[in-house]
Amino acid sequence: MSTELAQFLNMGGYALFVWPSFAATFLMLALMLGISLHGYRRNRRLLDHLLTLRHR
Amino acid sequence: MQRFANPARFMRLSAALLPWCGLLAGICLIMGFYLALFVVPPDYQQGEAVRIMFVHVPSAWLATMVYAVMGSASAVALVWRHPLADIAAQSAAPLGAGFTALCLFTGSLWGEPMWGTWWQWDARLTSVAVLLFLYLGYLALIHAFDDPGRGARAGALLAVIGLINLPIIKFSVDWWRTLHQKASVLRLSGSTIDGTMLWPLLIMALGFTLFFVTLLLVRMRSALMAAKIRALRLAEIEAG
Repeated sequence: MSTELAQFLNMGGYALFVWPSFAATFLMLALMLGISLHGYRRNRRLLDHLLTLRHR
Repeated sequence: MQRFANPARFMRLSAALLPWCGLLAGICLIMGFYLALFVVPPDYQQGEAVRIMFVHVPSAWLATMVYAVMGSASAVALVWRHPLADIAAQSAAPLGAGFTALCLFTGSLWGEPMWGTWWQWDARLTSVAVLLFLYLGYLALIHAFDDPGRGARAGALLAVIGLINLPIIKFSVDWWRTLHQKASVLRLSGSTIDGTMLWPLLIMALGFTLFFVTLLLVRMRSALMAAKIRALRLAEIEAG
């Protein structure tokens, strides 16, 4: 590993605090996005299905 | 207000807004994370730990802003009984709880190296913890009734009462002696943060805000579709 990369990852000795903060942020934003889109797509599919059945 | 709160009009308007909001949120977040991790210089006192501020501060702002949206929508729902206002409040609540949990977690990760403690029962930290419990209480309450309408009204009442916590959070650092520092960005006399850190912070905050607006629109559209699904199923049952 190059010295520059090692220094960056070390975050001046605060790596144990900085990286979990960013990891938690990515995880929380991804979780919010994933749950919201999953619910939206499920309802969209179900509504389309019900409307198709109704128009038959 | 009634004109803009029409569900059909909301669906049309939100369909047009969603791609732009999502795109801008993505651009701001990518820029914000890049600046926070690679461009912003280390602080002369906090060193590299200052980078935590670029996720902690926006999540703290969003935690209170989302509650203001939820409380205002709940007040509109209670006074005018508009279903879209209830849907807005209920769609915002899980997002607000997520931002508040993130704010507490990242604040704790910053507190240990800077203050020497993960947690302190000071006024700012405690009032934000109360905010998290208000969100969780609201979510529990709206699902606690067999009749969704009663659940929504009980939740709306709690959300409106909980609005009192917002000025307590904001001014806690001025009213009481706290470990948490006083406001350094949102001040009448101007920000005390250097531009090299302020702009990345504002870009990240804009990204978080647009991300919230995008998800709020998605969740409200989803809730309106769920209501239509329920109505169609009821009509099917009634028709035999």
